[in-house]
Amino acid sequence: MVSLTIDGRPVKVKKGTTILEACEFLGIDIPTFCHLKQLKAEGSCRMCVVEVEGARNLQISCATPCAEGMQVHTRTERVVSFRRLVIELLLANHDTNCFSCPATGRCKLYQYAMEYGVEHSRFAKYKPHHPKDESSEFFNYDPSKCILCRRCVRVCNNLQANHTLSLKNRGPDTWVGLPFDKLFKDSNCVSCGNCVSVCPTGALTAKAGKSYRIWEVTKTRTTCPYCGVGCQMDLLVKDGQVVGVEPAEGGANPGILCVKGKWAYHFVNHPDRLTTPLIRRDGELQPATWDEALDYVTQGIQKIKEESGPDAIAGFASARATNEENYLFMKMMRAAVGTNNVDHCARL
Amino acid sequence: MTNSIAEVVDADAVLVIGSNTTEAHPVIGAQIRQAVGRGAKLVVAEPREIPLAQDADIFLKIKPGTNIALLNGLMHVIIAEGLYDREYVENRTEGFAELQEVVEDYPPERVAEICGIDPEDLKAAARLYAKAEKAPIFYAMGVTQHSSGTAGVMSIANLALLCGKIGKYGCGVNPLRGQNNVQGACDMGCLPGDYTGYQKVANPEARAKFEKAWGVKLPEQPGLTVTEAVQAIEDGKVRCLYIMGENPLLSDPNLNHTEEMFKKLDFLIVQDIFLTETAELADVVLPAACFAEKDGTFTNTERRVQRIRRAVPAPGEARADWEIVQEVMLRLGYENQADSPEEILAEIASLTPSYGGISFDRLEREQPQWPCPSPDHPGTPILHVGRFSRGERALFKPAHYLPAAEQPDDEYPLILTTGRILYHYHTRTMTGRNEDLNRISGRSFVEINPADAAKWGIESGARVKVESRRGEVVVDALVTDRVDAGVIFMPFHFGDGAANRLTNDVLDPTAKIPEYKVCAARVERY
Amino acid sequence: MEETRVVLHKAGEFLPTSSLEYEAVGGYAGLRKAAADPDQIVDVIKASGLRGRGGAGFPTGLKMSFTKGAVADQKYVVCNADEGEPGTNKDRVIMEEVPHRLIEGMIIAALAVGADQGYIYLRAEYPHVKKVLEKALEDARTHGFLGRDIMGSGFDFDIQLFIGAGAYVCGEETALLDSLEGKRGEPRFKPPFPGVAGLWGKPTLVNNVETLANLPAIMVNGPEWFRSMGTESFPGTKLFTLSGNVNNRGVYEFPVGVTIRQLFEEVGGGCPDGRRLYAIQTGGASGNIIPASLLDTPMDQESCDKVGATFGAGDLMFMDETCCLLDVLENLAEFFVKESCGKCTPCREGNPQLLHLVQKFRRGKAQDGDLDLLIELGSAMTIGCLCGLGQMAPNPILSVVRFFPQVFAVNNVYVRGAS
Ligand SMILES: Cc1cc2nc3c(=O)[nH]c(=O)nc-3n(C[C@H](O)[C@H](O)[C@H](O)COP(=O)(O)O)c2cc1C
Ligand code: SF4
Ligand code: SF4
Ligand code: SF4
Repeated sequence: MVSLTIDGRPVKVKKGTTILEACEFLGIDIPTFCHLKQLKAEGSCRMCVVEVEGARNLQISCATPCAEGMQVHTRTERVVSFRRLVIELLLANHDTNCFSCPATGRCKLYQYAMEYGVEHSRFAKYKPHHPKDESSEFFNYDPSKCILCRRCVRVCNNLQANHTLSLKNRGPDTWVGLPFDKLFKDSNCVSCGNCVSVCPTGALTAKAGKSYRIWEVTKTRTTCPYCGVGCQMDLLVKDGQVVGVEPAEGGANPGILCVKGKWAYHFVNHPDRLTTPLIRRDGELQPATWDEALDYVTQGIQKIKEESGPDAIAGFASARATNEENYLFMKMMRAAVGTNNVDHCARL
Repeated sequence: MTNSIAEVVDADAVLVIGSNTTEAHPVIGAQIRQAVGRGAKLVVAEPREIPLAQDADIFLKIKPGTNIALLNGLMHVIIAEGLYDREYVENRTEGFAELQEVVEDYPPERVAEICGIDPEDLKAAARLYAKAEKAPIFYAMGVTQHSSGTAGVMSIANLALLCGKIGKYGCGVNPLRGQNNVQGACDMGCLPGDYTGYQKVANPEARAKFEKAWGVKLPEQPGLTVTEAVQAIEDGKVRCLYIMGENPLLSDPNLNHTEEMFKKLDFLIVQDIFLTETAELADVVLPAACFAEKDGTFTNTERRVQRIRRAVPAPGEARADWEIVQEVMLRLGYENQADSPEEILAEIASLTPSYGGISFDRLEREQPQWPCPSPDHPGTPILHVGRFSRGERALFKPAHYLPAAEQPDDEYPLILTTGRILYHYHTRTMTGRNEDLNRISGRSFVEINPADAAKWGIESGARVKVESRRGEVVVDALVTDRVDAGVIFMPFHFGDGAANRLTNDVLDPTAKIPEYKVCAARVERY
Repeated sequence: MEETRVVLHKAGEFLPTSSLEYEAVGGYAGLRKAAADPDQIVDVIKASGLRGRGGAGFPTGLKMSFTKGAVADQKYVVCNADEGEPGTNKDRVIMEEVPHRLIEGMIIAALAVGADQGYIYLRAEYPHVKKVLEKALEDARTHGFLGRDIMGSGFDFDIQLFIGAGAYVCGEETALLDSLEGKRGEPRFKPPFPGVAGLWGKPTLVNNVETLANLPAIMVNGPEWFRSMGTESFPGTKLFTLSGNVNNRGVYEFPVGVTIRQLFEEVGGGCPDGRRLYAIQTGGASGNIIPASLLDTPMDQESCDKVGATFGAGDLMFMDETCCLLDVLENLAEFFVKESCGKCTPCREGNPQLLHLVQKFRRGKAQDGDLDLLIELGSAMTIGCLCGLGQMAPNPILSVVRFFPQVFAVNNVYVRGAS
């Protein structure tokens, strides 16, 4: 354990803890663009700088480990004006038509600009922007909104390990692009959308992203309904409809999802959903009330049970229903129907 | 899985067999690729050149249905070269002599012949796996969906035991479950011979325990599996089916037969979120809520129990499956005490030692892996550490390679194998309703090697008829050397051009899993 | 004024690539001494007070001790021969004229820290040096100085030559290591320092050519001898590169602490055509520009720091009265725009803005507030960029602001340099 003070508050942390983590623990807010919890800090955006007594330069809190006796100040004049300058530098070349940007409300550049009182940049715009790429079925890429935090590149290369996105050119000409300047649709992109999930601005956005503003949605933590990996994710809900999915960090998923988990949520609100019980009458499935349907079910079961015994009935449970439902289903077959003919269809 | 998913990123070598991981379990596939990026060696054994094959140090493009020969061959090399873990084999296993005797018959040259691979690659793979300190094996339906699937699974366990790689961090045998809650459905006793937590129906003590808890007399005879039940419809033994949230009319093998059987039923109850192919045949359809509309838990492939939570209301009058089942039970004269998913889980925990320490309350904070017998138990990330479920020692269960039940012949000269693709899930009831996914991949297809394509005058994109002894479908051709000559591949997701109209319903004698992965077929221009 | 040749001892008097001839002038004696008791090398270097010649002046013995103390199955010694600083030539002279001294130094360093593989990361623009080094390395192998069981010591060590990626920032040690690993050369966050986790994560000693070339003589003559030259805090000699408006441009070796005036007048022979000296850029492209009035500053780190000059790698660029400081600043700013790797925001986005502001002054288009913004941005970069490139890029500008404030005129006025 090492002891230090942050903004005058003493704190004890495990060796190897970064200043940023210690701040988080104390509830001290530190702005970051490039920081990604799952990956080794890169220290490129420089937003998270703090003052460490005795150091000539500002120190980046995301990568600097806490040391015994350290005295850290997170909001000195030097720190605040440095952060303001970083925002201004980024804003100088940022397309600020925020009204039509899908990221409005969740954009970190916007958020910090407000927080640090930057209304316009004193610096000159000098960059030409690379063309937009709207070829993916699921997301758009607008380089004029990119702040080169490189989160997308790191996620694509180090977590998804797909190597689609890369940094092209150097210095001020650096931009995020694809090999041979391909479009997403012509590349090896697997549409996992993890780059979109981590983009702090409107550079990479879901095609469906304009259908909601972040303050209009609630988030519900849940488990992906697709394969057996069991990724954790947040459903974004607006007016009773699922409008998006964000990855969460789970035991099985380091904050990433696949194309199905990320994008294939439309079935939830799909018009094809069954909304009422159906009973076959005159060879046709026709709407019925729950009471009718449930009576119909139980009478059918009871009749066959009386005629042919409980083993003439079999039940197939579901590899997609919950544990509780499967438990209840097999309990129904065994305790209420009286047969062990219960199985699930999941050998496929 | 004996081990946890996250361990793979630390692995020194990874063996993937019969799993198209990056497409069927993409987030595990990504973590395998992370491991490769950090320097882990990768061995992939698959009949198709799946995406992960490109990351592999050794890619063994085996003929479909030859897994066991391959595994025995690996063990042959490992024993012959003295690379196995002697101490582990001596202290923690039984039956080594029998294993040795069986794998003796699988020298590299013979295995290479059977599997259609280079014997040097086999040797290199054996050395890589045996010498690596942390080396997990991942497998999926490419191993299990064979008439010899159980023997395949055993052979994988044999290999891991031989190298002392069970009960150790970063190792283990790790089956990847196809659907989100297969693990949970099995754990919950949705098996004809098991109650929850694999407590046996045949065990009088277990039965007595459940009889006491549920307050009723319970049947003694184990029941029928899905495939057996479908067969039993034929001779009138099964007259009524109650299907909750499944679509066997696309997922079962030999669909034409299944469809006939379902039509013969006296009473078919289907409970689902969509009017599936199966529901369309039902006498009564009950509208269910989907995962976003209810509370509960799923258990993932690494035995981790995790919550789902209600985020939106169910459409119309749809109700959660548990509510519907609760109602049916009540009308059948059985009243449950538990009246919410939380209470049901508490009941499960009280009856299931491996779930004993799991509750809604706890799942808010952590998501333990079972066995987790008590609230203060941390859960079990790695199984069989120091001890196996059967005792101190694990038993080698060697098996000989048996060719798949149906072999190509003059009439049906090709081997058809089936699998998943990235953009769809199972029978597409969910993914098929996403237009973006359908634009990327909206139609069934068959992959065919250029040599075979030339032989039958087939071009990429052309419509072709694929036929087996059980049926025929018309799909698009995709000419590619991802498959070898003599082998064709079809995804099973699509209703139109359903691969399972062709597949063979011959079963593995133990697990009763159909041989989805190999059948004889032919193609022609349509 | 007589040079004091330690690193360049007898340079030009023998065939550079021949170890035989190098031995004849006392070469490889330091290695023999070091190999007799490898364990004490680090102590000897520590006692000598040798400090890095690559620009940062870090105590070499201390750096060695980190790598020596790190436990690992593999360690590396990397020679930084990227010499990307415009106008600097000292490492090139060493490698061309006494390549075996560098090789000998690297072997000693490897013995000291327990490395068995070395790399020379050579600037791409030095094709001739490449040939010389290749020959010298081959010769060293043939004569048993490299390879297995060096001179029967039981110690294995070999050196591989790696041609750089052509970027100035790749001279920064961590960017250099990334580049060696085949990645895009970008500085890494430190800690961990390369000495503990460097090339492929293994402990790696990274030193400048000149630093390494000092090791043989220290081993032969001992730390006391070394301390007898230079200053108390910065002992030894240094190779100084004189460039710009000076008659005798070139690389010269003198004890640290020699004054700029001595170098300018006695060695360099003053400005051409008898013009008046106006300013001196000290320490390379990112060094401070000081007025001629500071000519009596001794070239050592302490004295430089005191007056606002830069010691750096010992470069001195002289500017006479005909030169325009805004032109110079514009050129330098352009250089940093081009050489920024683009990783961190203030350097990537800041350098183009520095250039833009300097250009405004240069074109007489500057307005009120522009100088303040220039200072604010420049100062912020010095304290907040990721690596030395961004931190030091504003130095020339900020030093001109300090010493020559008159050139930053606003409102359609353009002040031409020395005028
Ligand atoms: C932008 C930048 C460029 C550098 N270029 C060089 C170079 O060309 N040669 C060099 O020896 N050191 C260079 N350095 C310094 C190295 O990072 C490092 O300090 C040096 O190699 C250590 O060697 P030394 O201790 O022997 O001086 C550079 C540093 C920075 C920040
Ligand atoms: S969607 Fe996934 S694969 Fe495609 S660029 Fe983004 S992170 Fe990479
Ligand atoms: S696209 Fe987004 S995530 Fe990627 S570098 Fe730009 S701002 Fe960052
Ligand atoms: S200061 Fe400049 S050169 Fe250094 S890391 Fe930042 S962008 Fe790259």
